Amino acid sequence: MVEFWVNMGPQHPMTHGLWNMRVKIDGETITDAEPEIGYLHRGYEKIMEVREFQKNVVLTDRLCYVSSITWSHAYCLACEKMMDVEVPPRGQWIRVISLELQRIASHLMWLAAYGPDLGLLTGLLWALRERELFLDLLQLLSGARMNQNFPRIGGARNDLPPDFDKYCFKIIKHFREKLDEYESLFHDSKIFRMRTEGVGRISRADAINWGVTGPNLRACGVNVDFRRLEPYETYDEVDFEPQVWKGGDGGDSYARFMCRFNELEESCRIIEQAVKKIPEGPYRAKAPRRAEGEGFARTEDSRGEALFYVIGDGDDRPYRVKIRSPVFCTMAATPIMLRGYKMADVVSILGSVDVCVGEMDK
Amino acid sequence: MPEVSGTEEDVMSKLPAEFPGAIREIRVTRPKVVKVVIDRKDLLPVCSFLKTDLGFEHLSCISAVDWKDHWESVYHLYNYTTGTTVQLNAVIPYDDPSIESLVKLWNAAYYHEREAWDLMGITYRGNPKLERILLPKDFRYHPLRKDFPQETERQYISRRKLKTGGR
Repeated sequence: MVEFWVNMGPQHPMTHGLWNMRVKIDGETITDAEPEIGYLHRGYEKIMEVREFQKNVVLTDRLCYVSSITWSHAYCLACEKMMDVEVPPRGQWIRVISLELQRIASHLMWLAAYGPDLGLLTGLLWALRERELFLDLLQLLSGARMNQNFPRIGGARNDLPPDFDKYCFKIIKHFREKLDEYESLFHDSKIFRMRTEGVGRISRADAINWGVTGPNLRACGVNVDFRRLEPYETYDEVDFEPQVWKGGDGGDSYARFMCRFNELEESCRIIEQAVKKIPEGPYRAKAPRRAEGEGFARTEDSRGEALFYVIGDGDDRPYRVKIRSPVFCTMAATPIMLRGYKMADVVSILGSVDVCVGEMDK
Repeated sequence: MPEVSGTEEDVMSKLPAEFPGAIREIRVTRPKVVKVVIDRKDLLPVCSFLKTDLGFEHLSCISAVDWKDHWESVYHLYNYTTGTTVQLNAVIPYDDPSIESLVKLWNAAYYHEREAWDLMGITYRGNPKLERILLPKDFRYHPLRKDFPQETERQYISRRKLKTGGR
């Protein structure tokens, strides 16, 4: 049969942003694929070279509007490594709380997008309903629903508001009940399982070789979580279980879904411990205006490994900033996940990867 | 239990022993992070040694840096077993911005090198498809280079810049 290329995007309900997936099909079967990205390139690395260190935090927020705190935190961490700034314990705990709240909000946004991709419109409505609760918590903490501009080089912008732990416990208790409902909505849905199980497989060796990280790698059965492997902030003091796919070879859409879904519960556990353990004291250290040297930091973003590499040349602005976006690297591996499957599976596979175009295109 | 290779002591001892003369600088910058500076001609042997013998299986990031008198291509390699990072700086002369590609070892290098060529203009010899990835196909410059003008002159003027005239 004649093979030909089909453009899925740049405007397609599957893409959740502006990018193009070109797939080569033979009948219904995908023989090759090629992502086309760059529609949202804003030249972050160049812009950041002319803003002062502290002012760049507001830019890094906009890298991914779904999980902005994790991104500005990764940038602050890299700057702290370069400037040798030690964050006070209370500041570190506040960051852990805000990071995990943001992770839940980000994963719920992904769930809300993945549901209707596969025909579960209820998933969209439910997940967005619960996401709003966590955005309320973030608003209580930082004053903004999204793009919080909350972490600072040397700590956090402000202290926890009064009674924050009570609100956290209340919302998490409510959320746990809802998680059971989600399970019956997603896991028990026969259509959902048929469309995700055994689809979009990537082997463990391929995933490591192509630089796939985060939940997508843990879905292949590789136990890699930078919160555990290379603990930053106070993640070594909290008790949590990195979510790794344990049932068989994995690496398919369903395994990726399960790893992300179970992380919701783990993040709840971390928040509960963090608001109990948080000590009194200062929450922000003073950071120098100018810096020389280089520093890099890698964090476990909601989508994988986020790495910032910052070089300073003694000025008050970075000489060079490099952003390593997890989605950018996962995108390189999507042709492997797609090859051999049907045209209708593209939506199921790319939805489970959790694409965020803002951070991918920088 | 088999001995785990790829700790920072392993890298500090085995790498200079394997490549005498090739390592320009090697030091531990912070716990579990080793910084290695090499010349561009030694990139492939050093990387394949790190990958096969010391277990650095994850190529995390490739960043190109413009130092005005030379280029640097910086590789962050990661060992998933021991949690050690090697930051490998390959020095490239200014008049010939090209270096070997690492696609043979890590497929992850494919996109990183394309991006580095796109934004910084360093040619990675052996990359299967060195084309524009983030910028439009008909774009003619490499904007992350320091001689590419910034938009600051009209958009963002700091007090210090007004005083000093900027850089």
